[in-house]
Amino acid sequence: MAVSLNKRINHIHATSLGAHHDGQMVFEQLDLLLKQGEITALLGPNGCGKTTLLRTLLGLHPKSAGKVMFGNHHEQQLSPKEKAQIISYVPQYHRLAFGYPVIEMVLMGSMATQPSWQRASKAQREEAESLLETLNIAHLKNKPYTELSGGQRQLVLIARALAQNTPFIFMDEPTNGLDFGNQIKLLEKIGELGRRRHGILMTTHHPSHALQMADRALVMKQGKLIQDGHPQQILDAETLCDLYQLTAAQLPKMS
Amino acid sequence: MNARILLFFLLVLIGLALLSVTMGRYDFSPVSSVTQLLRHFGWLSGNIDPMMTTIMLDVRLPRVIAAILIGAALAVSGTAFQAMFMNPLVSPGILGVLSGSAFGASLGILWFDSLWMMQLFSFLFGMAAVLVTLLLASNQTRNNLTLLVLGGMISGALFSALLSIVKYVADPYDKLPAIVYWLMGSLANVQDNLLIFVAPFILFGIILMALQGHTLNLLSLGEDEAKTLGVSVETKRFHIIILATFLAAITVSLGGMIGWVGLVIPHVARLLLGADNRLLLPASALLGGIYLLMVDNLARLMLSIEIPLGILTALIGLPVFAWALRNVNKGWSNT
Repeated sequence: MAVSLNKRINHIHATSLGAHHDGQMVFEQLDLLLKQGEITALLGPNGCGKTTLLRTLLGLHPKSAGKVMFGNHHEQQLSPKEKAQIISYVPQYHRLAFGYPVIEMVLMGSMATQPSWQRASKAQREEAESLLETLNIAHLKNKPYTELSGGQRQLVLIARALAQNTPFIFMDEPTNGLDFGNQIKLLEKIGELGRRRHGILMTTHHPSHALQMADRALVMKQGKLIQDGHPQQILDAETLCDLYQLTAAQLPKMS
Repeated sequence: MNARILLFFLLVLIGLALLSVTMGRYDFSPVSSVTQLLRHFGWLSGNIDPMMTTIMLDVRLPRVIAAILIGAALAVSGTAFQAMFMNPLVSPGILGVLSGSAFGASLGILWFDSLWMMQLFSFLFGMAAVLVTLLLASNQTRNNLTLLVLGGMISGALFSALLSIVKYVADPYDKLPAIVYWLMGSLANVQDNLLIFVAPFILFGIILMALQGHTLNLLSLGEDEAKTLGVSVETKRFHIIILATFLAAITVSLGGMIGWVGLVIPHVARLLLGADNRLLLPASALLGGIYLLMVDNLARLMLSIEIPLGILTALIGLPVFAWALRNVNKGWSNT
């Protein structure tokens, strides 16, 4: 396995991608090109297939048609360990049965590509600590993950994704369950990641979040990508009204 | 720090094992026992009392070793299943292995008069019960863990029913008491020639499982996260199921049904040391060995007759478990 695999991979390309869920078609004939250094927000109403698309690209949901290329590599030819060098994943706010200390949660990202019997090196430990510092949660280092608040958990999962050091990071509604202040802070951090040359794909329910920090917005409706472009250009009142079945009067003012 | 805790548990285990060898119907003082043993191995000069060394080394030592290995095997297999199923209430029997082994043992008693055959049957049917579970759960499209638990329930119920049939048809004066007594668990029948053969396998299995700590940490985060953190989830789960089943089945074939160790010991270890499986697995193994050795000493020494081990592990394990439930916030939580 090439340790430098992630260095060469600067795009993820899905062509004619399709997926089913419980025998029902979620999406089909979907084409998507994701590039490193680009923050992409994926928007759409509940049940439009956002999360399934994310999971299908990650290889967590079986695809029914099409193919996904990671650089020049066919997705199916890569082992979980190799994929873990390309994309890291920030799942939605979740519960865990066991409370591992925060620093160990982050180190699980650093050690994702190593043999399982190996221990974290001193350098990896220092890097994990500095990531916690960057995200302003260094004081939680030794706390059990299960004792954290929802926002703190989200930050730990992001620190873990960063420790994995992949060119791409996928996030499933990262601001879900966070308070107003933490939402803004988290979006700022995500913006910084984009400037650090990570390619980010995140689903969101908030058009304002896409406007705030995304370079690109993808609008999904009933399993189809109906819009693709710069958030300022495509997320206009007309699109949003159509997308979420609202009248212009119902639409709140967006800053 | 971690290595020191494990070393401490290991020293306690060794000390307790030495003490256990000196305790029994023939009560030797610990000092004279140790000098006798040193003389026996030629490390000390003096008169050897052959009866004393025979009792200690040929009668008690195999039983002490069996207690340690069975306790460690059950505890490690319980810890691993709890992590894999992301649920601290899981015990080694979740996939039906104990029901299968119990049925196998009873069938062995019914059909043969040989302890060997009974133990072989017990082990084979334990493995078979889990294979049934795996077959029932082999459906690609849905959440695998839930299916495994349900498959385990079906397989466990099936083999429990089969066990009832065996009990029903067994000769009530001879075979039935033997079956019932066996199912209550006891180490009184551990033979040293069999133990010498299986002990290395058990020890190897325990060590192999204890090395899966990092993988089990990742598996306990759930399938999606484990996969995106580089784990081949299906393969690893399969390895762990086979290993845990092997360990649990072999305990039944050696000592009958010894309940609660695989559920209680992981909890106690987690309360003491936290959730990290890299430390928890070896610690559970050592604590399991210590625990079952203590309980087995009680079983053979407390009354003038042997008390079935499974009764004691339940009577002692349940209060410990109740205490552990009052301290749930450390190490695991469901909030």
